[in-house]
Amino acid sequence: MIKHLLSAADLERAAAISILDTAEQLDRALAGREVKKLPPLRGRTVVNLFYEDSTRTRTSFELAAKRLSADVVNFSAKGSSVSKGESLKDTALTLEAMDADAVVVRHSYSGAAHRLSEWVRGSVINAGDGTHEHPTQALLDAFTMRRRLRDGVGDLAGLHVAIVGDVLHSRVARSNVLLLATLGASVVLVAPPTLLPVGVESWPVDVSYDPDAALPGCDVVMMLRVQRERMGASFFPSAREYSRRYGLDQTRMSRLPDHAIVMHPGPMNRGMEIAAEVADDPKRSTIVEQVTNGVSVRMAVLYLMLGGAAGVDSGESE
Amino acid sequence: MTTAARLPAASVLTAADVARTIDRIAHQILEKTHGAHDAVLLGIPTRGVPLAHRLADRVGSFEQVSIPVGTLDVTLYRDDLRLHAVRPLGTTVEPAGGITGKLVILVDDVLYSGRTIRAALDAIKDLGRPRAVQLAVLVDRGHRELPIRADYVGKNLPTAPRQKVRVSLAETDGVDGVHVLGPDEEAK
Repeated sequence: MIKHLLSAADLERAAAISILDTAEQLDRALAGREVKKLPPLRGRTVVNLFYEDSTRTRTSFELAAKRLSADVVNFSAKGSSVSKGESLKDTALTLEAMDADAVVVRHSYSGAAHRLSEWVRGSVINAGDGTHEHPTQALLDAFTMRRRLRDGVGDLAGLHVAIVGDVLHSRVARSNVLLLATLGASVVLVAPPTLLPVGVESWPVDVSYDPDAALPGCDVVMMLRVQRERMGASFFPSAREYSRRYGLDQTRMSRLPDHAIVMHPGPMNRGMEIAAEVADDPKRSTIVEQVTNGVSVRMAVLYLMLGGAAGVDSGESE
Repeated sequence: MTTAARLPAASVLTAADVARTIDRIAHQILEKTHGAHDAVLLGIPTRGVPLAHRLADRVGSFEQVSIPVGTLDVTLYRDDLRLHAVRPLGTTVEPAGGITGKLVILVDDVLYSGRTIRAALDAIKDLGRPRAVQLAVLVDRGHRELPIRADYVGKNLPTAPRQKVRVSLAETDGVDGVHVLGPDEEAK
């Protein structure tokens, strides 16, 4: 297994599938159990280093680490030495001195996780760096797709996935594009031209400006949050126009194939990129399921990165 | 397996022997548990799982009792996780009706150091509280490192630590049989 998880591109096909398989086993091992705890990471320390606000990702990592019996320290920028002006490097050295086995980091600057991995001895897991990547989100999305549409086994070959909305600011989209390509799914990005990144033509994707043309052939529709906090300038004329043009409402949803699912990484802007009835649709919407799956997938990542002997290549076991 | 494949292999149990041995253990389970009415079988992957299913099948054919069968993966409870590269996980399937209050019979192919069984006992503790736990193995090859013994033993097989015991089952290996691999001069 890899030492750090900084980008979805760090994962080869076999490694990605092994994470999904492990998550499936962990989920099954804990299902319906009275004691929702497993022992493999006893005595290991996981630090959650969060420079940006986050509810679901931080709690998800915390729960995942605790269910594997690791000790968890939460370190958020607010109310810590960071608000007193400490640099990322000094914080890293502090964590290093405390001998953390893994650091889960979220930062508003792209590349922060990569820098951090050069300064600490433990494993670094990128939990979102700026507009760059969020690999565990891509893994939990792939897990959800595989469970719903591939019976929880193998890869995602032949699956058609549409990623709709603010691709420009979305680390979720970047990580998903990379991982879905690795797993054999084909991806179409659907967004207004202003919300597509420069150089998108070199990505392994198709691009469409028109959801009504792109969606009807898709097995998965992943809606992205419009990230107002990252928008300095105006990228579309009005929220209402964006919603009319690119939002997923019931009419658009009804044109999807019967088996198609609707995903959203959360937090949602109901009524903006996704209509409330669509988000709550019991058959298609996997939004709550994604949160549940997130814990299993993060348990798998933590187990595979910290569970064995450090520096030993995974060979065959008896 | 690559090094073991080159060692001389001596057949210890043939396919017919394996079938007879499983039949005997099934009878012993019925005898010792007075009919196995509250018993459940938990197979330890890989080969304990088909063994558990065969035992349940044989017990069911001797007396009209249906024993629930489950699968218990003990990987996460092993005490040597930190000594090896990370291990892939197996499946855990709770037997129908759970294990709390039941007589749990653990089933594995080979009993050696006893560490797998210790891990299984820890794993059971997180699944529920059985009335009692027993152990059935196809082969006991000795060299225990923990105070653990089996209640049902197919064959006691004195071995040297350098030797390997290979259990093959039709479900996992295409054919039934037990072989000892390696030189036996150290065997006592």
